[in-house]
Amino acid sequence: MNPPLGSPEPRTYSEPMRPPQPAVGQSPQPVRQIAISVEGLNLWYGKNQALFDVSLGFPARSVTAIIGPSGCGKSTLLRTLNRMHEVTPGTRMTGRVRLFGDDLYRSGMDPTILRRRVGMIFQKSNPFPTLSVRENVLVGLRLNGVRDKEVLRERLEECLRMAALWDEVKDNLNRPGISLSGGQQQRLCIARAIAMRPEVLLMDEPSSALDPIATARIEELVHELKETFTIVIVTHNMQQAARVSDHTAFMYLGRLIEMGTTQKIFQRPEHRQTEEYITGRFG
Amino acid sequence: MPLPAEKTELEDSPIPVGKAASPWGNATFRSVALAAALVAVAILLLLVWQLVSDSLPTLRAFGLKLLASEDWNAGAEEYGALPFIYGTVVTSAIALVLAVPLSIFTAVYLTDLAPVWIRQPLVSLIEMLAAVPSVIWGLWGIFVLVPWLRTAVFPALRAVLGPIPGVGSLFSGPIFGLGYLSAGIIVAVMIVPIVTAVSREILRSVPNLQREAAYALGATRWEVTRIAVLSYARRGLLGAAVLGLGRALGETMAVTMVIGNSPQISASLFAPGYTLASVIANEFGEAGADRMYTSALFELGLILLVITVVVNVGALLLVRAATTKGGSRFA
Amino acid sequence: MTTVEASGRRLEDQHQHRWRRFKSGAMSALAVLSAAAVILPLGFVLFHLLLQGASSVNVDFFTRTPAAPGSPGGGMANAIAGSAELLALATALGAPIGVLGAIYLSEYSSPAVAASIRFVADVLNGVPSIIWGVLVFGVVVVPMHGFSTLAGAVALAIMMIPLVLRTTEEVLLLVPGGYREAALALGIARWKIVVHIVVRTASRGIVTGVLLAVARISGETAPLLFTAFGNLNWNLGLTQPIAALPLQIYTYAVSPYEDWHRQAWAGALVLISLIFLLNLSVRFLTRAKRL
Repeated sequence: MNPPLGSPEPRTYSEPMRPPQPAVGQSPQPVRQIAISVEGLNLWYGKNQALFDVSLGFPARSVTAIIGPSGCGKSTLLRTLNRMHEVTPGTRMTGRVRLFGDDLYRSGMDPTILRRRVGMIFQKSNPFPTLSVRENVLVGLRLNGVRDKEVLRERLEECLRMAALWDEVKDNLNRPGISLSGGQQQRLCIARAIAMRPEVLLMDEPSSALDPIATARIEELVHELKETFTIVIVTHNMQQAARVSDHTAFMYLGRLIEMGTTQKIFQRPEHRQTEEYITGRFG
Repeated sequence: MPLPAEKTELEDSPIPVGKAASPWGNATFRSVALAAALVAVAILLLLVWQLVSDSLPTLRAFGLKLLASEDWNAGAEEYGALPFIYGTVVTSAIALVLAVPLSIFTAVYLTDLAPVWIRQPLVSLIEMLAAVPSVIWGLWGIFVLVPWLRTAVFPALRAVLGPIPGVGSLFSGPIFGLGYLSAGIIVAVMIVPIVTAVSREILRSVPNLQREAAYALGATRWEVTRIAVLSYARRGLLGAAVLGLGRALGETMAVTMVIGNSPQISASLFAPGYTLASVIANEFGEAGADRMYTSALFELGLILLVITVVVNVGALLLVRAATTKGGSRFA
Repeated sequence: MTTVEASGRRLEDQHQHRWRRFKSGAMSALAVLSAAAVILPLGFVLFHLLLQGASSVNVDFFTRTPAAPGSPGGGMANAIAGSAELLALATALGAPIGVLGAIYLSEYSSPAVAASIRFVADVLNGVPSIIWGVLVFGVVVVPMHGFSTLAGAVALAIMMIPLVLRTTEEVLLLVPGGYREAALALGIARWKIVVHIVVRTASRGIVTGVLLAVARISGETAPLLFTAFGNLNWNLGLTQPIAALPLQIYTYAVSPYEDWHRQAWAGALVLISLIFLLNLSVRFLTRAKRL
C-alpha cells in the first residue's frame, strides 16, 4: 500500500489527540477520536472575511451537524474540509485542517487525492446527465484507473445497497441517472461518493430540495452510514440536525459560537445566540 | 456491511489513494488546450504579417498613391485601387439601403407582430436563406435576376428616376445588366438573414416592461414599436446594420459573377464596376510570377482586411453593448 | 369651459385616434410585406434550381467526370468526391483545434483572456473568405510550388476554427458548474473531468456546432479559388489541384457553354440539397434534447 499522502510513516489512526477542542472537550461521552480537526481557520472571499478563527473537531464515525442562519459560513466551513472552496477564485485562507492528523493544506498535498478521502454530497442532486445509474456510481473508480470488472461489479452493488437504492434500480442499471426521482438521485449521488470509500462524507444541505418522505429516507441513510463514515452535515433545518446528529456546531456571522453534543446544544445551550436561534427567536 | 469497522480496508482498496493518476495529465491537457486557443490569435497575426509583407513591393514603390489612383493596368504597371474601393463602397451602400429597412421590419414582425405559429417557420426560412452559398446566388443572378432586371426593372427605373436632377445621374446611361446595382441587389439578399437575425435578437432583449409601459399610455401597436422598442434598441440595430455592412464589403463570388468586372468609376449604378474582393478573385490566379502585380493584389487584400475588420469591430462593440449577455451569437 | 369647446376637442381626439390607428395598421402591413419580400428570393432560387437543375441530375452526374468543354454529357463525380475530401480534411484539422480552444476558454482561462480570444475569434469570423484564400496561397501554395488539396483544406479549416470555437464554448458554458464540482469532489483529475464529464455532457451541442460549421464552409468558393484551384479530372491526391463542387459550379456558370450551364444548375441543386440536409440534421439533433 502506498504511504499515506506523502507522509513518511504509515498512516495510523491512533495518533495523539489534539488538545481538547473548546466545545468537544466538554462532551459528556468518552472523548471520541477526532477525524477532522480545524484550527484557527480564517477565510476570505476577496476582501470579505467569511470565517473568523474557527476551531473545532469532528468526531470519527458519528454525525456532526453544522447549523446557523444563512450566510453564517457553515457551507464555507464544510468546503474547507475537502478544499472545495479553492474552486472559487479569489479565496484566501489561514489556519489548519487535519484529517486524522494529516495537514490538508501542507505543500505537496494533492487536493485531488484528498477528495478521494473526503467525499461530498451537494444540496442539489447532480448525477451526471449523460451517464447511466451504473456509470454514475462507478465513474470515480473508472476515471481513477480501476478496470477490474469483478471489482467494479461488486462495488456497484455494495454502494447501491449502502445507499439504500439497490432494490429500486437493480433491474435497470442502464437507465440514465437523471431519470430517477429527486430522492433517488440524491441517494445515487451518495452511492457515487461512497464508491470511492472515503473516510469522511460531507453533506451540504443534502435534503433541502426534497419532499418530506425522501428527506426521511436520506436521514435514515445518514444514520446507517455513520457506522462506516465520519459524517459532517450542514443543514438549515434544526429538526433535522436534532434528528440525525450526535454533535452540533452552531455558527453565526462566520464564527463558531458553540459546539457540543446535540442533546446539550438543543436542551442546554450555553450561549444566548444559540438559544435564540434554536428557539426561533432569531432575527 | 462489507466495510469492516476498522479503517484498514483502504489497504485493499483498488484505488491508488495515495497517488495521483498522472501528474502530467493536467499540465499536458491544459497546454494542448491553450495551444489550440492560441491558434486563433496566431492565425490573425499570420494573416496581418503575410498581407503586409507580401504587399511591401507596391507599398514601397507607390506608397499611398495606390489608394488615390484610378488606373488599373497590370501590363503597364499601373495599380490604382480607387475603382475597386469605389465599387466595394457603392455595392455595399446599395445593399444596406435595401436590406436594412427590410430586415428591421421583418425583425419587428417576428418579435412583436406575427402570430406565434408563424414565427418559427419564418425564422427557419430565413435560416435557409442564410445557408444558400454565395456561388449559387451568383448563378441565379447571372441567369435569372440580371436578365429580368435588365429587361424589366432597370428601364423602368431609368424612365422614372433618370430625369430627376441630382439623383437622376445614378439612374441614367446605358443599361448593361451586369453592374453596381445588380451586384448591390444580390448582396442585399445575402445580408438580409444576418441583419434580421441580429436585429431580432436585439429586439428580443428589449424588456417587456418597456412595451407594457407604452401600451399603458394608450399607444397603438406601431407607437409601441416605435417609441418603446425601436428607440430603445436603436444602438443595437445600428450594430446589426454595420454587421451587415461588414458582410457586404467582403462578399465575393456572387458579386464577381454579376458586377461586370470592369475597373472604372462610373456615376451610373447601371454601369459595370469592380470590387476589391472580386478583383482578387479574378486576377490573383493570373498574376502568377509577376511580383508587382501579385504585390498589388496582396495590397488590395490588405485594404479589404483593414476596412472589414474596422467595420466588424465597430459592429461587435455596438451589438455587444446592446445585448446584455456578453456578445451576440451571430457577431 | 364651454361644452362646445369640450366636444370639439373630443372630435379632434377621435380624428387623431383614427389617424393613429391607420398608421399603426399601415406599419403592420409594411412589416408583413417586408417579411414576404425577404423570403421571396429563397422561393425563386429554389424554384429555378429545381427547374433548371433537376433534369441534369442523373446517374452520369454522380459517376462521370466532366466532358470536354462544350460537348454534352459528363458529370461532377470528381467535384463531389473532391468536396467530400476537402471537407473531411478541413474538419479533421479545424474541429479539434476549435473544440480544444473552446475548452481552454471555458475551463481554464481567466475571464479577461477568454474575452480577448473570443474577440479575436469574432474578428476572424468577420474576415472575408477570399482573404483566407490569399493567406493560404502565401503560406501553403507558394512554399509547396502549386495548388493542392492540402491548401484548400487548410483554407477551409482556418474558417472553421473560429466558428467551432465560439459554438463549442457556448455549449460548454451551459454545462452546470455542479457537475464539475461533483466530479472534483470524487477526486477525479481535472483534465479527466473536462474530457469525460464536461465535454461528454455537452457532446451533442459540440457535434451540432461542428455540423453547422461544415454546412457553412461546404458552400465556400472564394477561399478555394487559388488554393484547391479546381480540376476537371479525377484527383484525390493531397498535393495536386482538386475539384470542389462550388468551384465547379462557378467555373461552369461563367463559361460560355450551354451544357456547362446546365451542369452548373445541377451542381447547385446537389450542393444546396447537401447543405439543407446538414442543417436539417442539426435541427434534428437540437430538437431531440437540449445540450
